[in-house]
Amino acid sequence: MSQPKITLHDMCLRDGMHPKRHQISVEQMKTIARGLDEAGVPLIEVTHGDGLGGESVNYGFPLHSDEEYLRAVIGTVKRAKVSALLLPGIGTVEHLRMAKDLGVATIRVATHCTEADVSEQHISLARKLEMDTVGFLMMAHMLDPEKLLEQALLMESYGANCIYCTDSAGYMLPADVSARITLLRERLRPETELGFHGHHNLAMGIANSIAAVECGANRIDGSAAGLGAGAGNTPLEVFNAVCDRMEITTGVDVMKLADVAEDLVTPIMDMPIRIDRDSLVLGYAGVYSSFLLFAKRAAAKYGVSSADILVEMGRMKTVGGQEDMIEDVALNMARAKRA
Amino acid sequence: MGKKINAALIGSGNIGTDLMVKALRSTDINPVWMVGIDPASDGLAKARDRGLKTTDQGVDGLLPHLLEDDIRIAFDATSAYVHHENARKLREAGVVVIDLTPAAIGPFCVPPVNLAEHAGRREMNVNMVTCGGQATIPMVAAVSRVQPVDYAEIVATVSSRSAGPGTRKNIDEFTRTTARGIEIVGGTKRGKAIIILNPAEPPLIMRDTVHCLTATEPDQTRIIESVHRMITEVQRYVPGYSLKNGPLFDGNRVSIYLEVEGLGDYLPKYAGNLDIMTAAALRTAEMLAPEIAAGHYTEGAAR
Repeated sequence: MSQPKITLHDMCLRDGMHPKRHQISVEQMKTIARGLDEAGVPLIEVTHGDGLGGESVNYGFPLHSDEEYLRAVIGTVKRAKVSALLLPGIGTVEHLRMAKDLGVATIRVATHCTEADVSEQHISLARKLEMDTVGFLMMAHMLDPEKLLEQALLMESYGANCIYCTDSAGYMLPADVSARITLLRERLRPETELGFHGHHNLAMGIANSIAAVECGANRIDGSAAGLGAGAGNTPLEVFNAVCDRMEITTGVDVMKLADVAEDLVTPIMDMPIRIDRDSLVLGYAGVYSSFLLFAKRAAAKYGVSSADILVEMGRMKTVGGQEDMIEDVALNMARAKRA
Repeated sequence: MGKKINAALIGSGNIGTDLMVKALRSTDINPVWMVGIDPASDGLAKARDRGLKTTDQGVDGLLPHLLEDDIRIAFDATSAYVHHENARKLREAGVVVIDLTPAAIGPFCVPPVNLAEHAGRREMNVNMVTCGGQATIPMVAAVSRVQPVDYAEIVATVSSRSAGPGTRKNIDEFTRTTARGIEIVGGTKRGKAIIILNPAEPPLIMRDTVHCLTATEPDQTRIIESVHRMITEVQRYVPGYSLKNGPLFDGNRVSIYLEVEGLGDYLPKYAGNLDIMTAAALRTAEMLAPEIAAGHYTEGAAR
């Protein structure tokens, strides 16, 4: 079998907004995007961490608007294309049209893995606008492969030309990824691309991404220096080096990408992106990675344990977007403690 | 007690069926027709069981019977898209419409906030915003009646089982219409709405979080009093409406954490999002009923 050619998709200017509390500056975005572009990264995601329209009390107000970020990055890159994330229920088709008008090439419509049917409106419009249209099934560990396939088929039927298995909690092990990607590859149309988005909460980002490629995925998300929610995304420069060793073609320069991670991304971090106790809990208990900083802040404010908050969020079977429940849980814990 | 007003229920999904169960208990409204489009729908079967006349031909199946059955009011629980057409046909027939879709052709009605204002106006079409709007706008109004609110944001989390195909096909209508309702009825310069569907089993009870950013430092004592008073108002028609946490004050942010448990009339109690919509719609109809009975709504076709 010939060695595969895959597309690397960088997340540090979107998922990386979570650990930056959405405060990356336009100048920082331009500098990093230029570096990624020059290293040969073909696709770069840019928006608020929670996607288009994510600016809110609930998720945090960003330093600049999605429009300002997108305009700046699109005006900077020479070869790379820019993608935007959209979560139905948060972002709307107006945001999608705005992104298209600014020159966004790829739209990724993200739903919880059981709720694909809320994406019809957005996926069908993106396809009509002739955008590269991705269906992004989040928290995919919560659904067995057969049920995940049903949801993927819905997104494909609405017009998605690529389907993602998204490990939002960094919970999956390589066998979990293989089972899902293998079935999707068997049953979706041969021309439908497959992607994997990992979080590194159990240090499985690279192993999981390799498993995905081996089972037929051809788009892999990662983030330079891992800058992303929880313990970060799959560190893209490391994954790229592993691909090089395995003769998986990415078209991305190993050392140039390592330079971007080391010289441009790491210096803007507010804290080291690593598997601390809370991130480990995210991966171990299967909790949405973006909850991390909210839990740390609520814990400090109410004098309770951030790990306990995250465990409770997992027990409640919360899904992506339910950041509002973190303060609610912390208040309940503080009350129980006083009683 | 006056004479009951005859009503038609359009849309035989979750909302329409729940509304039927509630309307059958009403002392002012008499549900006569249930209108659907799917002959196999559970809602139509339940309506037949309860003695209602039914059609699976949409609103066109109802129109020829309006006069003979003296239908004066209709509840539309279809979809925003379908409502535009239904609204036109019913208006021509002189039927007052309570719109439970996010179409929002008519003015918004959130009973504890502005139902009294609607009573004398004789509007032929009033809109119930959205379930998230019914659950949260009273809280925004409770803060904005104390002091100016620059921005209000709500997060509505509902169980996947309680979100029907209409909501799913056009979820943007939910966010758009709720945000507008927050501004117009809630009383804030800028509103934002977020909806989350959660598939957990057993299903979670509807949760709603309301964040208000006040223009000046929040008057905590008065806001707390106002919020509690408003909760009592909502509880009159949705007994399972409760404050879980807050009002929480953090700078100019006022956050209110709510839970909405339903009566379990059609879907089980977790679907408080259905109850708050249907209970609000029924309360609105009951408020308008005496004036309709008195013949004050004469627009459209002569009766």
